[in-house]
Amino acid sequence: MADMKELANLVKELEDQLVTCIRCGMCQSVCPLFEQTRKEADVARGKLALLTGLMENMFTDPDGVNERLNRCLLCGSCAANCPSGVNVVEIFIKARAILAEYKGLSPAKKLIFRQLLAHPGRFDALVDWAGRFQGLFTRPDVNAQGTSCARLVSPLLSNRHFMPLSTTAFHKTLPEKGVTTPGSGPKAAIFIGCLIDKIFPNVARASLKVLSHHGVPVVIPLGQGCCGIPSLASGDRDSFTRLVDHNLALFEKHDFDVLVTACATCTSTIKKLWPSVYKNPSPGMQKKLTALSEKTMDINQFLVDQVGIDPIETGLEEEKKEIVTYHDPCHLKKSLGVADQPRKVIRAAGCRLEEMAGSDKCCGMGGSFNIYHYDLSSAIGTLKEHNIEATGCTTVTTGCPACMMQISDMLGKAGSPIRVRHPMELYAQALDKKNLPNHP
Amino acid sequence: MIQKSILDALQKIVGPRHLLVQKEDMLTYSYDAAVLDPVMPAAAVMPEKTDQLGEIIALCRKYRIPLTVRGSGTNLSGGTIPEASGIVVLTGRLNKIIEINAEDMYTVVEPGVVTAILAAEVEKQGLFYPPDPGSMAVSTLGGNVAENAGGLRGLKYGVTKDYVMGLQFFDAQGNQVKTGSRTVKCATGYNLTGLMVGSEGTLGVLEQITLKLIPAPRHRQAMVAVYDTIEAASETVAGIISSRILPATLEILDNFTIRAVEDFSKAGLPTDAAALLLIEVDGHPAVVAEEAEQVKALCLKMGARSIDQAKDDAQRDKIWAARRAALSALAQLKPTLVLEDATVPRSRIPDMVRALQRIGQKYRIDIGTFGHAGDGNLHPTILTDRRNKEEFLRVEQAIEEIFDVALSMGGTLSGEHGTGIAKAPFLEKEAGYSSILFSRQLRAALDPDHILNPGKITGV
Repeated sequence: MADMKELANLVKELEDQLVTCIRCGMCQSVCPLFEQTRKEADVARGKLALLTGLMENMFTDPDGVNERLNRCLLCGSCAANCPSGVNVVEIFIKARAILAEYKGLSPAKKLIFRQLLAHPGRFDALVDWAGRFQGLFTRPDVNAQGTSCARLVSPLLSNRHFMPLSTTAFHKTLPEKGVTTPGSGPKAAIFIGCLIDKIFPNVARASLKVLSHHGVPVVIPLGQGCCGIPSLASGDRDSFTRLVDHNLALFEKHDFDVLVTACATCTSTIKKLWPSVYKNPSPGMQKKLTALSEKTMDINQFLVDQVGIDPIETGLEEEKKEIVTYHDPCHLKKSLGVADQPRKVIRAAGCRLEEMAGSDKCCGMGGSFNIYHYDLSSAIGTLKEHNIEATGCTTVTTGCPACMMQISDMLGKAGSPIRVRHPMELYAQALDKKNLPNHP
Repeated sequence: MIQKSILDALQKIVGPRHLLVQKEDMLTYSYDAAVLDPVMPAAAVMPEKTDQLGEIIALCRKYRIPLTVRGSGTNLSGGTIPEASGIVVLTGRLNKIIEINAEDMYTVVEPGVVTAILAAEVEKQGLFYPPDPGSMAVSTLGGNVAENAGGLRGLKYGVTKDYVMGLQFFDAQGNQVKTGSRTVKCATGYNLTGLMVGSEGTLGVLEQITLKLIPAPRHRQAMVAVYDTIEAASETVAGIISSRILPATLEILDNFTIRAVEDFSKAGLPTDAAALLLIEVDGHPAVVAEEAEQVKALCLKMGARSIDQAKDDAQRDKIWAARRAALSALAQLKPTLVLEDATVPRSRIPDMVRALQRIGQKYRIDIGTFGHAGDGNLHPTILTDRRNKEEFLRVEQAIEEIFDVALSMGGTLSGEHGTGIAKAPFLEKEAGYSSILFSRQLRAALDPDHILNPGKITGV
């Protein structure tokens, strides 16, 4: 391990961003973690002070700061509400990378990120294998969310009700050459995303169906990798950069006008983090990353703002329609400002949208935060679960598969009959019911 | 450093998870929102029940350990910056609203309740808690009482001190003291409530606060008046007051602030205006309509380029959200922001505005001016970079001159941010040495071991 002075110099890279925090403390009003613990080290202001402390070489080892820095959902609520405009998420992600590079990744993370996630082929094969054997260790719950829980008491799974791996990943159901559908207008490439591919393949099928119905020409290249956010959240900028390279090279082979994803986190990562956190990009690379970032769009936003949709006629009176509520994924609303479009999709699908209290409050998932801090993650998720139930809905929708997992876990534990769906699934289902044809 | 046996005793009171001693955590309790040097405490505790407060104080008394109470740490005068040998008592978990009594129009809260949360709960019952400090989304009522916090509605509704009916607190021995009552009138004993409000944690530690509530105004009308000169705007402020109209809010924003706020909030403020007045009248609908017309006519007569009325609640909320963002929006412009709150009698607002412009030029620094013009409480906001030592020296000289000017007009060093550490050295200028001596004697009698938030207000 290098000495702390060297680390202080590395953190200096963030100095100009760190000094913009004036310690006003307004982030305390929106931080879902601070709401639970009321500890200053858990809120952005405290973490920014800690990074400043690191920069000023105040500590004898980096572990205490590192541990506190990782107690964060990266939901960006603070950044979205910061009147001083501190770019909190970018600072934290870069700081995690600096600390991980300084300390070295843990052996387990090295195995997962370097040997597995950064090699899309290997990762797909392993998940495929795991999907077939998961029944040995877990059993399906008989519930509306379709979750599973551990067959035996397992310290790793705890009392989670998690979404099982799909027996067949979405990409496996596609022809070997990938998908290219005809149509007119702007051409859309689909970035599938790991969670949708391996856990919610129905969301991908629904997305494809909806786009085809509207005559959008679609291309889905095969061999897609992870967007890189799990690596990045753990500070592994090398694996992240390799994944970006892989995906960029793959999509470069195809001609398209818009890159759409049905995963809020993938969209936000490609749009915001690919151009800002890629390690040492050449000027040419930076240009490519920025160009792709500008072309990337959430699928609801694409459908509503660019394609244009009309409500599907269900013939039902307002009171007879299914009551649906919507949870705003942090990576859609706070990161990208997409909030109206998914709601329009839900209404267009013939549902009655009933808003929950705090629809844009984080669900508590936060990726690996859920793994390392399950108790806190659940406490935050339980607030969400109560708000969902209070609407009297039968289905909750959200535009992010990670939120779908967390909400399924919370509803499953509460024994709730509420289903969890992506807006694309509702819209595709409404098309099916009406037997509406594709008109390419 | 604190002896291990004392830490063990503290841990026994609050439980192991709620005693913090690691250096990392101490760093996060070393600052508040004031631009001052941080000081790391030796430990921090987060009690869950108010009676634990008494036990903590008794322990501190026994071992002569300084203690500083901290709510959300939004203090602008350094009142929550602790002593290096001391402990910080966090009120984050003491956040229960004990009672909202709609019949008798009062509420009883623990010190850690967030101001905005109480305001929202009270509003659900058709009642109103008017004090609305800029940081109300996060600030705690304990902090508001300890600092006698103000806000945007001071002109018509007064400040925190006007709403505190009674208190329960622990003295420096850890004994419980009760003062005031739930009744509208109360004439027993000393007015310790008055003494405690604004005492910044130097005389006792708050346990329970009884606050007065009032009926919510039935109607509100917000307006924005646009000016081509800041002089005309500030003359209008004095004009409105002297024509015996009492708006709930009467705020001024200079061009510098307008641009910063608009950049951040996109509320549609005219960025070419030299100054804006944000005005709200409230009360009975008929009175509101009449006063709004009077204010409009007056603004136009005194040189406003135009005046617009908010058409609905959404527009009104947008205006006030923009105003609330002023401080932090200004903060985007430079790394360091020094917010002052020297206050003058309201008729002197035009003089004060002129003086601020002169001081900004004299010391070659950027001063954005906004604030509660209607109650004489301006917020000259100096934008600088503390890392630039030469400039920061000029900033400090400018601040001292602002103080002198305010005092020469019969004003005060602080309208609402408190004395804390930041203004303690200047207090003598305002009050005279014998007043400080009196305060020190009072303090020494009540807290002979100097454990309650040392260094604040009286200097020692």
